[in-house]
Amino acid sequence: MKHTISVLVENEFGVLSRISGLFSGRGFNIESLCVAETLDPTISTMTIVTTGDDMILEQILKQLNKLINVIKVIDFRDTDYVSREMVLVKVNADEKTRAEILRMVEIFRGKIIDVSPRTYTIMITGDEEKLKAFLALVRPLGIKDLVRTGPVAMARGDKTLKTKEKQPKGGNGDG
Amino acid sequence: MKKTGAQILVESLVAEGVDTVFCYPGGATLYITDALGECDIRQIVVRHEQGAVHASDGYARASGKVGVSLVTSGPGATNTVTGIATAYMDSIPLVIFSSQVNTALIGNDAFQEADIVGITRPCTKYNYLVKDVKDLARIIKEAFHIARSGRPGPVLVDIPKDVSANMTDFKYPDKVHIRSYQPTYFGHPGQIQRAMRAIASSKRPVLFTGGGIILSGASQELTKFAEALSIPVTNTLMGLGGFPGNNNLFLGMLGMHGTYAANMAITESDLIIAMGARFDDRATGKTDEFAPHAKVIHIDIDPTSISKNIKVDIPIVGDIKNVLHKMLDILAEEKDLFKGFPESIGEWMKKVAKWKKDFPLTYQKNGGLKPQYVIERIYDLTKGKAIIATEVGQNQMWAAQFYKFLKPRTLLTSGGLGTMGFGFPAAIGAQAAFPKSLVIDIAGDGSIQMNIQELATAVQHRLPVKVVILNNGYLGMVRQWQELFYEKRYTWTSLPCPDFVKVAEAYGAAGYRIDKEKDIDRVLKEAFSNNQPTFVDVPVDPEECVYPMVPAGASLKEMLLV
Ligand SMILES: Cc1ncc(C[n+]2csc(CCOP(=O)(O)OP(=O)(O)O)c2C)c(N)n1
Ligand SMILES: [Mg+2]
Repeated sequence: MKHTISVLVENEFGVLSRISGLFSGRGFNIESLCVAETLDPTISTMTIVTTGDDMILEQILKQLNKLINVIKVIDFRDTDYVSREMVLVKVNADEKTRAEILRMVEIFRGKIIDVSPRTYTIMITGDEEKLKAFLALVRPLGIKDLVRTGPVAMARGDKTLKTKEKQPKGGNGDG
Repeated sequence: MKKTGAQILVESLVAEGVDTVFCYPGGATLYITDALGECDIRQIVVRHEQGAVHASDGYARASGKVGVSLVTSGPGATNTVTGIATAYMDSIPLVIFSSQVNTALIGNDAFQEADIVGITRPCTKYNYLVKDVKDLARIIKEAFHIARSGRPGPVLVDIPKDVSANMTDFKYPDKVHIRSYQPTYFGHPGQIQRAMRAIASSKRPVLFTGGGIILSGASQELTKFAEALSIPVTNTLMGLGGFPGNNNLFLGMLGMHGTYAANMAITESDLIIAMGARFDDRATGKTDEFAPHAKVIHIDIDPTSISKNIKVDIPIVGDIKNVLHKMLDILAEEKDLFKGFPESIGEWMKKVAKWKKDFPLTYQKNGGLKPQYVIERIYDLTKGKAIIATEVGQNQMWAAQFYKFLKPRTLLTSGGLGTMGFGFPAAIGAQAAFPKSLVIDIAGDGSIQMNIQELATAVQHRLPVKVVILNNGYLGMVRQWQELFYEKRYTWTSLPCPDFVKVAEAYGAAGYRIDKEKDIDRVLKEAFSNNQPTFVDVPVDPEECVYPMVPAGASLKEMLLV
């Protein structure tokens, strides 16, 4: 099972390696990892997509929480959330296919951000399903190059990633 | 007034109440070395940096205080890694100060540069590179706080040489605030109630306790609780001493070399009350068949230990001492809850007593001098009052089985990492903390050679540590596995030893050899009272094995007995 986790961390040097070291050292998977500063420049968010059963996920959440630089860990399992990813894809584009490609990009509300005599570079954002569908469509044209950002996620509605400080918690095991 | 980084370090150590440090110099430590030279902190210069960290670890385990070591950059720093990893696995509070090349040179492959912060990231609770002398006091304050709070552990502080020379205003902070670090000390009251109800309705309960009891200082509370309800207690290796080894309710250690009674009690129990134990594979055996009939209550300050290896039914995150206080309060206040207890577990107690009686720890008494007998004699002669360090291997298991640990902090052993060479420097550290106590390292002929150079340290600093070498002429524990599972092919494990008596004498220490069983008491008595660092070489039956034994990967009930 895939799971998306957001981790709020101190925006300090070395923190990324503590997180990635935790995953590699304990044999947890990272499908993707996305890091950037938040509204508060002393804090960064990491959005991590990982896989594992419930017991592994529980360990991942606890282990992340245990790291000294981690301020908050958000497990999106029981939250309604939105998640978006961006992909840049360079496809073959000649006289015959250009119009067709343009139409597809429009349907998927993407953008063509670079053009060469033989290629288009397309930018698409969306959730995983949407990106998958789009890539399946352009694959027959010949994909020359592809980069993805990995998803970033946010809870729906009023909920925010506010950085309430880690509180000593009454232990119910999910501390 | 402005002070140098080195002076700030010294004054911070004084402010933290540090009375002893274990250290080794180098080019990058020079400012620090110089500043320490002018203060009252006792400085024990070792002969290898691994020894410094193990010694500070033994000091910490024996005293409960934070152990401190200082080493130079590059090889000095990398030599500490085994010591740090050892302390990390056993949750021992240490602060290690490594020196580093000048800030301007970091990353340039400078002479004696090593990325020690990178190297120790996975084996420290936390670590720091101090980039600016202005941060030094705060970082030291945080380092001590992190090392000793929550689940304790080693913290490394890497100080570049120029930072130790640079000047700034100094005031040692009186508070720490780390917004992202707030350990949980008080167990959830609802969970504690649930646990107490589960205990009250159990028919076959067992208390299963680990090193957390000792770290939390909860040994008295545990004893009170177990006695109030008359529930039997088993310890992990790290838990020994947390419950009196001569108490009637004590089942002995469980696990791979645990007692029959302890392993059977776990296997047949209907309620495991685990406290400060992390369900290590050496304790649980095959996890699928661990306590197959039991509900599990687990009290631990570290949530990651809970439900990591064994699914827990009633988790309680908190400091064990606090939680036990709450549990004792409930015992006192809710008399009704425990009406009929402990009579209701009478059948169980009978069964447990029968296991203890029918299958006590034992060994065959024919053949050469028996290592188990030597340990029994050490116990009797010291009346259980010594501080015992061990090396790793058979010597360690025999010490755990045949010495009765009566009080917390009297066993210093590398449980998690199983580090040969730990015991001797750890004993030196404990002796530095308790100059008047009898400190004995129960050693193997292999392990003692892994930090034997520290004999020079013991002699120089008049630390009269006793090392009893159970000399079987083998890397015995590995040989035992070869005997049992590799058709006695003793590849790599039969190693000639030096004459340990002569080695001791060459270092200026005392050396004895015990050849005959009848000499044991006399020689040990002399060795224990001679007020000198001492090696006692005891050639023992070379092919003696540690039993019971649960083969790796088997379940606890599948024990090979003597
Ligand atoms: C640093 C280190 N290297 C290797 C091992 C593997 N090992 C575990 S026990 C053992 C044998 C120890 O021999 P000795 O000290 O003579 O003790 P004995 O088992 O004979 O009592 C070895 C090599 C270890 N635990 N630590
Ligand atoms: Mg040996």
